[in-house]
Amino acid sequence: MFIPHTDPEREEMLKTIGVKTLEDLFKDIPEKYRFPKLHLPQGLSEMEALSQVQDYAMANEATRDLPCFLGAGVYNHYIPAAVDNILRRGEFSTAYTPYQPEISQGTLQAMFEYQSLIAALTGMETANASHYDGATATAEAGVMAYHHFRGLRKKIILSPSVNPQYRATVCTYLCGYHDISIVGDETDKDPFSKPDDLIGLIDDQTALVVVQYPDFLGRIFDLSALAKATHEAGALLAVAVNPISLGMLKTPGEFGADIVVGEGQPLGIPLSFGGPYLGLFATRKELIRKVSGRLVGETVDQQGRHGYVLTLTAREQHIRRERATSNICTNEGLMALAASVYLSLLGPQGLKRVAELCYHKAHHAAEMIDEIKGYAVVSGAPFFNEFVVRCPKPVAEINEALLDEGILGGYDLGCDYPALQNHMLIACTEMNTHEEIDYLCEKLEEVSHE
Amino acid sequence: MNFPAELKYAKTDEWVKVEGKVATVGISDYAQAQLSDIVYVDIALAVGQKASKGSTFASVESVKAAADINLPVSGKVVAVNADLGKTPEVINSDPYGKAWMLKIEMDSPADVNDLMDAPAYEKFCDGRGH
Repeated sequence: MFIPHTDPEREEMLKTIGVKTLEDLFKDIPEKYRFPKLHLPQGLSEMEALSQVQDYAMANEATRDLPCFLGAGVYNHYIPAAVDNILRRGEFSTAYTPYQPEISQGTLQAMFEYQSLIAALTGMETANASHYDGATATAEAGVMAYHHFRGLRKKIILSPSVNPQYRATVCTYLCGYHDISIVGDETDKDPFSKPDDLIGLIDDQTALVVVQYPDFLGRIFDLSALAKATHEAGALLAVAVNPISLGMLKTPGEFGADIVVGEGQPLGIPLSFGGPYLGLFATRKELIRKVSGRLVGETVDQQGRHGYVLTLTAREQHIRRERATSNICTNEGLMALAASVYLSLLGPQGLKRVAELCYHKAHHAAEMIDEIKGYAVVSGAPFFNEFVVRCPKPVAEINEALLDEGILGGYDLGCDYPALQNHMLIACTEMNTHEEIDYLCEKLEEVSHE
Repeated sequence: MNFPAELKYAKTDEWVKVEGKVATVGISDYAQAQLSDIVYVDIALAVGQKASKGSTFASVESVKAAADINLPVSGKVVAVNADLGKTPEVINSDPYGKAWMLKIEMDSPADVNDLMDAPAYEKFCDGRGH
Protein backbone atom coordinates (compact mmCIF):
# COMPACT_ATOMS: atom_id res chain seq x y z
CA MET A 1 0.00 0.00 0.00
CA PHE A 2 1.15 3.53 -0.72
CA ILE A 3 1.24 5.58 2.48
CA PRO A 4 2.34 9.10 1.63
CA HIS A 5 2.99 10.38 5.15
CA THR A 6 5.58 9.33 7.71
CA ASP A 7 4.80 9.28 11.44
CA PRO A 8 6.86 12.42 12.17
CA GLU A 9 4.97 14.23 9.38
CA ARG A 10 1.65 13.22 10.91
CA GLU A 11 2.80 14.43 14.32
CA GLU A 12 3.77 17.75 12.81
CA MET A 13 0.44 18.18 11.02
CA LEU A 14 -1.55 17.33 14.15
CA LYS A 15 0.52 19.80 16.15
CA THR A 16 -0.05 22.53 13.54
CA ILE A 17 -3.83 22.23 13.72
CA GLY A 18 -3.77 21.75 17.49
CA VAL A 19 -5.04 18.18 17.77
CA LYS A 20 -3.40 15.54 19.98
CA THR A 21 -4.19 12.30 18.18
CA LEU A 22 -5.55 11.19 14.82
CA GLU A 23 -8.63 9.77 16.60
CA ASP A 24 -9.50 13.28 17.83
CA LEU A 25 -10.26 14.21 14.21
CA PHE A 26 -13.23 11.83 14.22
CA LYS A 27 -14.81 12.82 17.51
CA ASP A 28 -17.78 14.54 15.81
CA ILE A 29 -18.94 11.09 14.72
CA PRO A 30 -21.07 9.45 17.47
CA GLU A 31 -18.85 7.09 19.43
CA LYS A 32 -20.80 3.93 18.70
CA TYR A 33 -20.30 4.49 14.95
CA ARG A 34 -16.71 5.61 15.21
CA PHE A 35 -14.81 2.35 15.10
CA PRO A 36 -17.50 -0.30 14.51
CA LYS A 37 -16.63 -3.99 14.67
CA LEU A 38 -16.77 -5.23 11.11
CA HIS A 39 -16.92 -8.96 11.93
CA LEU A 40 -14.84 -9.79 8.89
CA PRO A 41 -13.91 -13.41 8.32
CA GLN A 42 -10.33 -14.60 8.68
CA GLY A 43 -8.01 -13.60 5.85
CA LEU A 44 -7.67 -16.01 2.93
CA SER A 45 -4.68 -17.15 0.93
CA GLU A 46 -4.59 -16.19 -2.74
CA MET A 47 -5.56 -19.75 -3.68
CA GLU A 48 -8.52 -19.77 -1.32
CA ALA A 49 -9.66 -16.32 -2.38
CA LEU A 50 -9.53 -17.22 -6.07
CA SER A 51 -11.60 -20.31 -5.47
CA GLN A 52 -14.20 -18.33 -3.52
CA VAL A 53 -14.45 -15.61 -6.18
CA GLN A 54 -14.80 -18.28 -8.86
CA ASP A 55 -17.72 -19.77 -6.94
CA TYR A 56 -19.39 -16.37 -6.93
CA ALA A 57 -18.73 -15.96 -10.65
CA MET A 58 -20.20 -19.39 -11.38
CA ALA A 59 -23.41 -18.36 -9.63
CA ASN A 60 -23.97 -15.69 -12.29
CA GLU A 61 -26.17 -16.48 -15.22
CA ALA A 62 -24.53 -14.51 -18.00
CA THR A 63 -25.43 -13.83 -21.62
CA ARG A 64 -22.52 -16.12 -22.47
CA ASP A 65 -24.50 -19.06 -21.09
CA LEU A 66 -28.09 -18.13 -21.94
CA PRO A 67 -29.90 -17.18 -25.13
CA CYS A 68 -30.58 -13.47 -24.63
CA PHE A 69 -33.64 -11.64 -25.97
CA LEU A 70 -33.21 -8.64 -23.71
CA GLY A 71 -32.24 -5.29 -25.22
CA ALA A 72 -34.03 -2.03 -24.41
CA GLY A 73 -30.99 0.15 -24.93
CA VAL A 74 -27.99 -2.20 -24.70
CA TYR A 75 -27.48 -5.25 -26.86
CA ASN A 76 -25.68 -8.57 -26.82
CA HIS A 77 -23.37 -8.38 -29.84
CA TYR A 78 -20.30 -10.37 -30.78
CA ILE A 79 -17.07 -8.59 -29.82
CA PRO A 80 -14.07 -9.53 -31.98
CA ALA A 81 -11.07 -10.62 -29.86
CA ALA A 82 -8.91 -7.85 -31.32
CA VAL A 83 -11.00 -5.21 -29.53
CA ASP A 84 -10.04 -6.35 -26.06
CA ASN A 85 -6.51 -7.10 -27.13
CA ILE A 86 -5.92 -3.51 -28.21
CA LEU A 87 -7.75 -2.08 -25.20
CA ARG A 88 -5.43 -3.97 -22.87
CA ARG A 89 -2.30 -2.39 -24.27
CA GLY A 90 -0.77 -0.38 -21.45
CA GLU A 91 -0.29 2.66 -23.69
CA PHE A 92 -4.08 2.94 -23.93
CA SER A 93 -5.35 1.44 -20.69
CA THR A 94 -3.18 3.67 -18.48
CA ALA A 95 -3.33 6.84 -20.59
CA TYR A 96 -4.30 10.01 -18.76
CA THR A 97 -6.14 13.00 -20.21
CA PRO A 98 -4.00 14.05 -23.17
CA TYR A 99 -3.35 17.63 -22.08
CA GLN A 100 0.26 17.29 -23.23
CA PRO A 101 0.06 16.51 -26.92
CA GLU A 102 3.82 15.97 -27.18
CA ILE A 103 3.52 12.78 -25.10
CA SER A 104 -0.04 11.75 -26.04
CA GLN A 105 -0.14 11.36 -29.81
CA GLY A 106 -1.39 7.75 -29.66
CA THR A 107 -4.37 8.50 -27.44
CA LEU A 108 -5.14 11.70 -29.32
CA GLN A 109 -5.05 10.00 -32.69
CA ALA A 110 -7.34 7.23 -31.41
CA MET A 111 -9.83 9.88 -30.22
CA PHE A 112 -9.60 11.73 -33.51
CA GLU A 113 -10.30 8.51 -35.44
CA TYR A 114 -13.23 7.78 -33.11
CA GLN A 115 -14.72 11.25 -33.71
CA SER A 116 -14.30 10.84 -37.49
CA LEU A 117 -15.95 7.40 -37.43
CA ILE A 118 -18.93 8.62 -35.36
CA ALA A 119 -19.38 11.68 -37.58
CA ALA A 120 -19.39 9.46 -40.69
CA LEU A 121 -21.72 6.90 -39.11
CA THR A 122 -24.29 9.48 -38.02
CA GLY A 123 -24.02 11.65 -41.13
CA MET A 124 -22.91 14.68 -39.10
CA GLU A 125 -20.01 17.09 -39.54
CA THR A 126 -18.38 16.67 -36.16
CA ALA A 127 -18.42 14.47 -33.05
CA ASN A 128 -16.92 14.94 -29.60
CA ALA A 129 -14.63 12.48 -27.84
CA SER A 130 -17.69 10.91 -26.09
CA HIS A 131 -19.77 11.11 -22.94
CA TYR A 132 -20.53 8.54 -20.22
CA ASP A 133 -23.45 6.80 -21.92
CA GLY A 134 -26.50 7.33 -24.09
CA ALA A 135 -28.47 8.91 -21.25
CA THR A 136 -25.88 11.56 -20.34
CA ALA A 137 -25.17 12.31 -24.01
CA THR A 138 -28.89 12.97 -24.52
CA ALA A 139 -28.93 15.23 -21.47
CA GLU A 140 -25.94 17.17 -22.87
CA ALA A 141 -27.97 17.77 -26.02
CA GLY A 142 -30.56 19.48 -23.81
CA VAL A 143 -27.88 21.54 -22.07
CA MET A 144 -26.35 22.55 -25.39
CA ALA A 145 -29.69 23.59 -26.88
CA TYR A 146 -30.44 25.67 -23.80
CA HIS A 147 -27.14 27.55 -24.15
CA HIS A 148 -27.43 27.80 -27.92
CA PHE A 149 -30.52 29.95 -27.39
CA ARG A 150 -28.87 31.71 -24.40
CA GLY A 151 -31.68 30.56 -22.15
CA LEU A 152 -34.25 32.51 -24.19
CA ARG A 153 -36.07 29.40 -25.39
CA LYS A 154 -37.26 27.38 -22.46
CA LYS A 155 -39.08 24.37 -23.86
CA ILE A 156 -37.69 20.93 -24.57
CA ILE A 157 -39.92 18.36 -26.25
CA LEU A 158 -39.13 14.75 -25.42
CA SER A 159 -40.80 11.97 -27.36
CA PRO A 160 -42.40 9.35 -25.08
CA SER A 161 -40.56 6.71 -27.12
CA VAL A 162 -37.13 7.98 -26.11
CA ASN A 163 -35.50 5.50 -23.71
CA PRO A 164 -37.09 6.17 -20.27
CA GLN A 165 -33.64 6.30 -18.63
CA TYR A 166 -32.51 8.96 -21.09
CA ARG A 167 -35.62 11.00 -20.38
CA ALA A 168 -35.07 10.73 -16.63
CA THR A 169 -31.45 11.86 -17.05
CA VAL A 170 -32.45 14.83 -19.21
CA CYS A 171 -34.84 15.90 -16.43
CA THR A 172 -32.15 15.44 -13.76
CA TYR A 173 -29.59 17.50 -15.70
CA LEU A 174 -32.03 20.29 -16.50
CA CYS A 175 -34.01 20.55 -13.27
CA GLY A 176 -31.68 23.28 -11.99
CA TYR A 177 -32.10 25.48 -15.06
CA HIS A 178 -34.32 28.48 -14.65
CA ASP A 179 -37.90 28.08 -15.92
CA ILE A 180 -37.19 25.25 -18.33
CA SER A 181 -40.15 23.08 -19.22
CA ILE A 182 -39.93 19.55 -20.53
CA VAL A 183 -43.01 18.36 -22.38
CA GLY A 184 -44.21 15.54 -24.60
CA ASP A 185 -43.40 12.50 -22.50
CA GLU A 186 -46.22 12.64 -19.95
CA THR A 187 -47.00 9.10 -18.80
CA ASP A 188 -50.61 9.26 -19.96
CA LYS A 189 -49.38 9.77 -23.54
CA ASP A 190 -49.99 7.00 -26.04
CA PRO A 191 -46.74 5.00 -25.97
CA PHE A 192 -47.27 4.19 -29.65
CA SER A 193 -47.41 7.84 -30.70
CA LYS A 194 -45.29 8.73 -33.72
CA PRO A 195 -42.63 11.44 -34.17
CA ASP A 196 -45.01 13.53 -36.27
CA ASP A 197 -47.41 13.66 -33.30
CA LEU A 198 -44.89 15.99 -31.63
CA ILE A 199 -45.17 18.61 -34.39
CA GLY A 200 -48.18 20.23 -32.70
CA LEU A 201 -46.10 20.93 -29.57
CA ILE A 202 -43.36 22.85 -31.38
CA ASP A 203 -43.49 26.65 -31.02
CA ASP A 204 -41.18 29.67 -30.91
CA GLN A 205 -40.28 28.85 -27.30
CA THR A 206 -38.96 25.41 -28.26
CA ALA A 207 -35.20 24.95 -27.96
CA LEU A 208 -34.96 21.25 -28.70
CA VAL A 209 -37.00 18.30 -29.92
CA VAL A 210 -35.64 14.87 -28.93
CA VAL A 211 -36.61 11.62 -30.63
CA GLN A 212 -35.06 8.17 -30.79
CA TYR A 213 -34.29 6.25 -33.99
CA PRO A 214 -35.01 3.35 -33.92
CA ASP A 215 -37.15 4.35 -30.97
CA PHE A 216 -37.28 2.64 -27.57
CA LEU A 217 -39.95 0.28 -28.94
CA GLY A 218 -37.66 -0.61 -31.86
CA ARG A 219 -39.70 1.28 -34.47
CA ILE A 220 -38.25 3.18 -37.44
CA PHE A 221 -39.87 6.37 -38.70
CA ASP A 222 -39.08 8.89 -41.41
CA LEU A 223 -38.06 12.00 -39.47
CA SER A 224 -38.08 14.44 -42.41
CA ALA A 225 -41.40 16.13 -41.56
CA LEU A 226 -40.46 16.49 -37.90
CA ALA A 227 -37.05 17.96 -38.85
CA LYS A 228 -38.73 20.44 -41.17
CA ALA A 229 -41.27 21.55 -38.57
CA THR A 230 -38.54 21.84 -35.92
CA HIS A 231 -36.37 24.03 -38.16
CA GLU A 232 -39.29 26.18 -39.27
CA ALA A 233 -39.77 27.08 -35.61
CA GLY A 234 -36.04 27.83 -35.34
CA ALA A 235 -35.49 24.96 -32.89
CA LEU A 236 -32.92 22.14 -32.88
CA LEU A 237 -33.60 18.45 -33.47
CA ALA A 238 -31.71 15.79 -31.48
CA VAL A 239 -31.90 12.14 -32.51
CA ALA A 240 -30.80 9.31 -30.20
CA VAL A 241 -29.55 6.33 -32.21
CA ASN A 242 -28.55 2.71 -31.96
CA PRO A 243 -25.27 2.93 -33.91
CA ILE A 244 -25.56 -0.62 -35.30
CA SER A 245 -28.82 0.27 -37.04
CA LEU A 246 -27.00 3.00 -38.98
CA GLY A 247 -25.17 0.23 -40.84
CA MET A 248 -28.34 -0.12 -42.89
CA LEU A 249 -30.61 2.87 -42.16
CA LYS A 250 -30.60 6.39 -43.54
CA THR A 251 -28.50 8.56 -41.21
CA PRO A 252 -30.08 11.22 -38.96
CA GLY A 253 -27.80 13.71 -40.71
CA GLU A 254 -29.69 13.02 -43.94
CA PHE A 255 -32.96 13.78 -42.13
CA GLY A 256 -31.59 17.12 -41.01
CA ALA A 257 -30.77 16.33 -37.37
CA ASP A 258 -28.79 19.04 -35.57
CA ILE A 259 -27.52 16.75 -32.83
CA VAL A 260 -27.10 12.97 -32.84
CA VAL A 261 -26.61 11.18 -29.54
CA GLY A 262 -26.73 7.54 -28.61
CA GLU A 263 -25.49 4.59 -26.63
CA GLY A 264 -22.24 3.33 -28.14
CA GLN A 265 -22.27 0.04 -26.21
CA PRO A 266 -23.26 -2.08 -29.24
CA LEU A 267 -19.93 -1.11 -30.85
CA GLY A 268 -17.67 -3.65 -29.16
CA ILE A 269 -18.43 -2.96 -25.50
CA PRO A 270 -19.56 -5.82 -23.23
CA LEU A 271 -22.88 -5.81 -21.37
CA SER A 272 -22.25 -4.76 -17.83
CA PHE A 273 -24.49 -3.57 -15.04
CA GLY A 274 -23.70 0.12 -14.68
CA GLY A 275 -21.22 0.30 -17.55
CA PRO A 276 -18.72 1.56 -18.47
CA TYR A 277 -20.62 2.42 -21.63
CA LEU A 278 -20.16 5.09 -24.28
CA GLY A 279 -22.12 8.27 -24.98
CA LEU A 280 -22.13 9.23 -28.66
CA PHE A 281 -22.45 12.92 -29.43
CA ALA A 282 -22.29 14.38 -32.94
CA THR A 283 -23.46 17.67 -34.34
CA ARG A 284 -23.16 20.26 -37.10
CA LYS A 285 -19.99 22.33 -37.44
CA GLU A 286 -21.94 25.51 -36.77
CA LEU A 287 -22.69 24.35 -33.21
CA ILE A 288 -19.17 23.17 -32.41
CA ARG A 289 -18.40 25.92 -29.88
CA LYS A 290 -21.38 24.92 -27.79
CA VAL A 291 -20.45 21.22 -27.70
CA SER A 292 -19.69 19.95 -24.22
CA GLY A 293 -16.70 17.79 -23.40
CA ARG A 294 -13.55 17.13 -25.25
CA LEU A 295 -12.66 17.56 -28.91
CA VAL A 296 -9.50 16.41 -30.65
CA GLY A 297 -8.32 18.17 -33.79
CA GLU A 298 -5.76 17.32 -36.44
CA THR A 299 -3.01 19.81 -37.15
CA VAL A 300 0.62 20.11 -38.28
CA ASP A 301 3.62 20.98 -36.16
CA GLN A 302 6.32 23.57 -36.93
CA GLN A 303 8.01 21.15 -39.30
CA GLY A 304 4.78 20.36 -41.13
CA ARG A 305 4.31 16.91 -39.59
CA HIS A 306 0.81 15.59 -38.79
CA GLY A 307 -0.22 15.81 -35.18
CA TYR A 308 -3.27 15.81 -32.90
CA VAL A 309 -4.27 18.14 -30.06
CA LEU A 310 -7.22 18.89 -27.82
CA THR A 311 -8.89 21.78 -29.58
CA LEU A 312 -11.40 24.57 -28.99
CA THR A 313 -10.73 24.11 -25.31
CA ALA A 314 -11.84 27.65 -24.56
CA ARG A 315 -15.34 26.10 -24.49
CA GLU A 316 -14.38 23.81 -21.66
CA GLN A 317 -14.96 24.13 -17.99
CA HIS A 318 -11.29 24.13 -17.00
CA ILE A 319 -10.84 27.40 -18.91
CA ARG A 320 -14.30 28.90 -18.97
CA ARG A 321 -15.10 28.00 -15.37
CA GLU A 322 -18.63 28.97 -14.36
CA ARG A 323 -19.29 30.38 -17.81
CA ALA A 324 -18.80 26.99 -19.49
CA THR A 325 -21.90 25.52 -21.10
CA SER A 326 -21.34 22.16 -19.40
CA ASN A 327 -19.44 20.89 -16.37
CA ILE A 328 -18.23 17.80 -18.22
CA CYS A 329 -14.44 17.52 -18.11
CA THR A 330 -13.96 13.92 -19.16
CA ASN A 331 -14.89 11.26 -21.67
CA GLU A 332 -14.99 7.46 -21.98
CA GLY A 333 -11.59 7.17 -23.66
CA LEU A 334 -11.13 3.43 -23.48
CA MET A 335 -14.70 2.68 -24.55
CA ALA A 336 -14.37 5.13 -27.44
CA LEU A 337 -11.25 3.24 -28.46
CA ALA A 338 -13.23 -0.02 -28.34
CA ALA A 339 -15.81 1.49 -30.69
CA SER A 340 -13.06 2.69 -33.04
CA VAL A 341 -11.44 -0.74 -33.16
CA TYR A 342 -14.82 -2.45 -33.65
CA LEU A 343 -15.87 -0.13 -36.48
CA SER A 344 -12.46 -0.34 -38.14
CA LEU A 345 -12.48 -4.14 -38.03
CA LEU A 346 -15.98 -4.39 -39.48
CA GLY A 347 -15.85 -1.59 -42.01
CA PRO A 348 -19.03 -0.26 -43.67
CA GLN A 349 -19.79 -3.64 -45.27
CA GLY A 350 -19.30 -5.58 -42.03
CA LEU A 351 -21.45 -3.17 -40.07
CA LYS A 352 -24.17 -3.41 -42.70
CA ARG A 353 -24.00 -7.20 -42.45
CA VAL A 354 -24.35 -7.11 -38.63
CA ALA A 355 -27.29 -4.71 -38.94
CA GLU A 356 -28.97 -6.92 -41.52
CA LEU A 357 -28.50 -10.03 -39.39
CA CYS A 358 -30.10 -8.25 -36.41
CA TYR A 359 -32.94 -7.01 -38.60
CA HIS A 360 -33.68 -10.35 -40.25
CA LYS A 361 -33.43 -12.42 -37.07
CA ALA A 362 -35.77 -10.02 -35.24
CA HIS A 363 -38.27 -10.16 -38.10
CA HIS A 364 -38.08 -13.94 -38.24
CA ALA A 365 -38.67 -14.13 -34.46
CA ALA A 366 -41.54 -11.63 -34.67
CA GLU A 367 -43.26 -13.64 -37.39
CA MET A 368 -42.98 -16.83 -35.38
CA ILE A 369 -44.08 -15.29 -32.06
CA ASP A 370 -47.05 -13.60 -33.73
CA GLU A 371 -48.33 -17.05 -34.70
CA ILE A 372 -48.31 -18.39 -31.15
CA LYS A 373 -51.78 -18.43 -29.64
CA GLY A 374 -52.17 -15.70 -27.03
CA TYR A 375 -49.26 -13.58 -28.33
CA ALA A 376 -49.37 -10.74 -30.84
CA VAL A 377 -46.68 -8.46 -32.28
CA VAL A 378 -48.14 -4.97 -31.91
CA SER A 379 -45.26 -2.68 -32.97
CA GLY A 380 -47.50 -1.23 -35.69
CA ALA A 381 -44.60 0.20 -37.71
CA PRO A 382 -41.41 -0.96 -39.43
CA PHE A 383 -38.87 -2.02 -36.81
CA PHE A 384 -35.14 -2.73 -36.61
CA ASN A 385 -34.07 -5.43 -34.15
CA GLU A 386 -36.69 -5.02 -31.43
CA PHE A 387 -40.45 -5.44 -31.35
CA VAL A 388 -43.37 -5.24 -28.94
CA VAL A 389 -45.27 -8.41 -28.06
CA ARG A 390 -48.60 -8.43 -26.27
CA CYS A 391 -48.50 -11.40 -23.91
CA PRO A 392 -51.24 -13.51 -22.29
CA LYS A 393 -49.71 -13.06 -18.81
CA PRO A 394 -47.66 -10.54 -16.82
CA VAL A 395 -44.20 -10.25 -18.35
CA ALA A 396 -42.46 -10.83 -15.00
CA GLU A 397 -44.19 -14.20 -14.72
CA ILE A 398 -43.26 -15.20 -18.26
CA ASN A 399 -39.63 -14.12 -17.78
CA GLU A 400 -39.33 -16.15 -14.59
CA ALA A 401 -40.60 -19.24 -16.39
CA LEU A 402 -38.24 -18.56 -19.31
CA LEU A 403 -35.25 -18.19 -16.98
CA ASP A 404 -36.08 -21.60 -15.50
CA GLU A 405 -35.73 -22.93 -19.03
CA GLY A 406 -32.41 -21.13 -19.50
CA ILE A 407 -33.67 -18.16 -21.55
CA LEU A 408 -33.21 -14.46 -20.81
CA GLY A 409 -36.57 -13.02 -21.83
CA GLY A 410 -37.44 -9.56 -23.07
CA TYR A 411 -38.01 -6.23 -21.34
CA ASP A 412 -41.16 -5.63 -19.31
CA LEU A 413 -42.59 -2.46 -20.88
CA GLY A 414 -45.20 -2.18 -18.13
CA CYS A 415 -42.40 -0.87 -15.87
CA ASP A 416 -42.21 2.37 -17.88
CA TYR A 417 -45.53 2.63 -19.69
CA PRO A 418 -48.66 2.01 -17.56
CA ALA A 419 -50.62 1.36 -20.77
CA LEU A 420 -48.25 -1.46 -21.70
CA GLN A 421 -48.85 -3.97 -18.92
CA ASN A 422 -48.31 -7.50 -20.28
CA HIS A 423 -46.20 -6.13 -23.15
CA MET A 424 -42.70 -7.45 -23.74
CA LEU A 425 -39.97 -5.79 -25.80
CA ILE A 426 -37.98 -8.54 -27.52
CA ALA A 427 -34.56 -7.92 -29.07
CA CYS A 428 -32.55 -10.07 -31.46
CA THR A 429 -28.95 -9.66 -32.56
CA GLU A 430 -26.55 -11.65 -34.72
CA MET A 431 -25.89 -13.73 -31.57
CA ASN A 432 -29.36 -15.32 -31.58
CA THR A 433 -29.37 -18.54 -33.59
CA HIS A 434 -32.48 -19.87 -35.33
CA GLU A 435 -32.45 -22.75 -32.82
CA GLU A 436 -32.60 -20.24 -29.96
CA ILE A 437 -35.54 -18.46 -31.58
CA ASP A 438 -37.35 -21.80 -32.06
CA TYR A 439 -36.64 -22.67 -28.42
CA LEU A 440 -37.98 -19.28 -27.23
CA CYS A 441 -41.19 -19.78 -29.21
CA GLU A 442 -41.62 -23.28 -27.85
CA LYS A 443 -41.25 -22.06 -24.27
CA LEU A 444 -43.49 -18.99 -24.78
CA GLU A 445 -46.18 -21.33 -26.03
CA GLU A 446 -45.76 -23.62 -22.99
CA VAL A 447 -45.85 -20.68 -20.55
CA SER A 448 -49.11 -19.38 -22.00
CA HIS A 449 -51.14 -22.35 -20.81
CA GLU A 450 -49.35 -23.14 -17.58
CA MET B 1 0.08 49.96 -25.50
CA ASN B 2 -2.33 52.38 -27.10
CA PHE B 3 -4.89 54.45 -25.15
CA PRO B 4 -6.62 56.84 -27.60
CA ALA B 5 -7.50 60.08 -25.86
CA GLU B 6 -10.90 60.52 -27.53
CA LEU B 7 -12.29 57.31 -25.97
CA LYS B 8 -13.75 56.40 -22.59
CA TYR B 9 -12.91 53.14 -20.82
CA ALA B 10 -14.63 50.70 -18.44
CA LYS B 11 -12.93 48.81 -15.61
CA THR B 12 -13.82 45.64 -17.47
CA ASP B 13 -11.68 46.85 -20.42
CA GLU B 14 -14.31 47.95 -22.94
CA TRP B 15 -13.89 51.25 -24.78
CA VAL B 16 -16.66 53.64 -25.80
CA LYS B 17 -16.65 56.27 -28.51
CA VAL B 18 -19.48 58.80 -28.17
CA GLU B 19 -20.98 60.54 -31.22
CA GLY B 20 -24.15 62.37 -30.22
CA LYS B 21 -26.47 59.80 -28.61
CA VAL B 22 -24.70 56.87 -30.24
CA ALA B 23 -21.92 54.98 -28.46
CA THR B 24 -19.59 52.61 -30.30
CA VAL B 25 -18.22 49.79 -28.13
CA GLY B 26 -15.19 47.51 -28.39
CA ILE B 27 -12.41 46.07 -26.24
CA SER B 28 -9.18 47.83 -25.43
CA ASP B 29 -5.65 47.26 -26.65
CA TYR B 30 -4.77 46.19 -23.11
CA ALA B 31 -7.57 43.57 -23.15
CA GLN B 32 -6.55 42.10 -26.52
CA ALA B 33 -2.92 41.91 -25.37
CA GLN B 34 -3.93 40.07 -22.19
CA LEU B 35 -6.06 37.59 -24.11
CA SER B 36 -3.44 37.00 -26.86
CA ASP B 37 -4.49 35.52 -30.22
CA ILE B 38 -8.25 35.84 -30.51
CA VAL B 39 -9.94 33.05 -32.43
CA TYR B 40 -13.65 33.55 -31.89
CA VAL B 41 -16.17 36.25 -31.12
CA ASP B 42 -19.80 35.68 -30.34
CA ILE B 43 -21.99 38.80 -30.09
CA ALA B 44 -25.25 37.95 -28.35
CA LEU B 45 -27.18 41.12 -29.21
CA ALA B 46 -28.96 41.95 -32.44
CA VAL B 47 -30.04 45.28 -33.92
CA GLY B 48 -33.19 46.57 -32.20
CA GLN B 49 -32.57 44.77 -28.90
CA LYS B 50 -32.36 46.77 -25.69
CA ALA B 51 -29.74 46.00 -23.09
CA SER B 52 -28.56 47.50 -19.87
CA LYS B 53 -25.22 48.66 -18.65
CA GLY B 54 -23.15 45.91 -17.07
CA SER B 55 -24.85 43.06 -18.92
CA THR B 56 -22.77 40.59 -20.90
CA PHE B 57 -23.27 41.12 -24.62
CA ALA B 58 -20.45 39.11 -26.18
CA SER B 59 -17.84 36.51 -25.50
CA VAL B 60 -14.35 36.42 -26.92
CA GLU B 61 -12.17 33.35 -27.05
CA SER B 62 -8.43 33.39 -27.44
CA VAL B 63 -6.02 30.49 -27.63
CA LYS B 64 -5.66 30.62 -23.86
CA ALA B 65 -8.86 32.03 -22.38
CA ALA B 66 -12.48 32.99 -22.82
CA ALA B 67 -13.77 36.35 -21.66
CA ASP B 68 -17.18 37.96 -21.32
CA ILE B 69 -17.60 41.45 -22.73
CA ASN B 70 -19.91 43.77 -20.81
CA LEU B 71 -21.96 46.70 -21.95
CA PRO B 72 -20.59 50.00 -20.55
CA VAL B 73 -23.82 51.94 -21.31
CA SER B 74 -27.56 51.15 -21.47
CA GLY B 75 -29.57 51.55 -24.64
CA LYS B 76 -30.84 50.12 -27.92
CA VAL B 77 -28.56 48.37 -30.40
CA VAL B 78 -28.41 50.21 -33.74
CA ALA B 79 -25.56 48.29 -35.40
CA VAL B 80 -23.57 45.07 -34.90
CA ASN B 81 -20.22 44.42 -36.55
CA ALA B 82 -21.14 41.27 -38.45
CA ASP B 83 -17.67 40.99 -40.08
CA LEU B 84 -16.03 40.37 -36.74
CA GLY B 85 -17.29 36.79 -36.57
CA LYS B 86 -15.34 35.96 -39.73
CA THR B 87 -12.20 37.92 -38.82
CA PRO B 88 -11.85 37.82 -35.01
CA GLU B 89 -8.09 38.44 -35.37
CA VAL B 90 -8.73 42.15 -36.12
CA ILE B 91 -9.42 42.53 -32.39
CA ASN B 92 -5.68 41.94 -31.97
CA SER B 93 -4.56 44.07 -34.93
CA ASP B 94 -7.00 46.99 -34.80
CA PRO B 95 -8.90 46.99 -31.49
CA TYR B 96 -10.11 50.57 -31.79
CA GLY B 97 -10.94 50.54 -35.49
CA LYS B 98 -12.15 47.52 -37.46
CA ALA B 99 -12.82 45.63 -34.24
CA TRP B 100 -15.73 47.74 -33.03
CA MET B 101 -18.47 45.41 -31.79
CA LEU B 102 -21.70 47.36 -31.26
CA LYS B 103 -23.22 50.76 -31.84
CA ILE B 104 -25.80 51.58 -29.26
CA GLU B 105 -28.25 54.44 -28.90
CA MET B 106 -27.84 55.46 -25.30
CA ASP B 107 -30.81 55.76 -22.94
CA SER B 108 -28.82 58.13 -20.80
CA PRO B 109 -25.64 59.76 -22.17
CA ALA B 110 -24.70 60.39 -18.54
CA ASP B 111 -23.70 56.71 -18.32
CA VAL B 112 -20.45 57.78 -19.96
CA ASN B 113 -19.56 59.92 -16.97
CA ASP B 114 -18.97 56.76 -14.93
CA LEU B 115 -16.22 55.68 -17.32
CA MET B 116 -12.51 56.52 -17.17
CA ASP B 117 -10.69 58.83 -19.56
CA ALA B 118 -7.51 57.64 -21.28
CA PRO B 119 -4.95 58.74 -18.65
CA ALA B 120 -7.04 57.27 -15.82
CA TYR B 121 -7.47 53.98 -17.69
CA GLU B 122 -3.77 53.79 -18.52
CA LYS B 123 -2.97 54.29 -14.86
CA PHE B 124 -5.57 51.67 -13.96
CA CYS B 125 -3.96 49.15 -16.34
CA ASP B 126 -0.44 49.87 -15.06
CA GLY B 127 -1.65 49.25 -11.54
CA ARG B 128 -2.85 45.74 -12.42
CA GLY B 129 0.62 44.51 -13.36
CA HIS B 130 1.01 41.56 -15.70
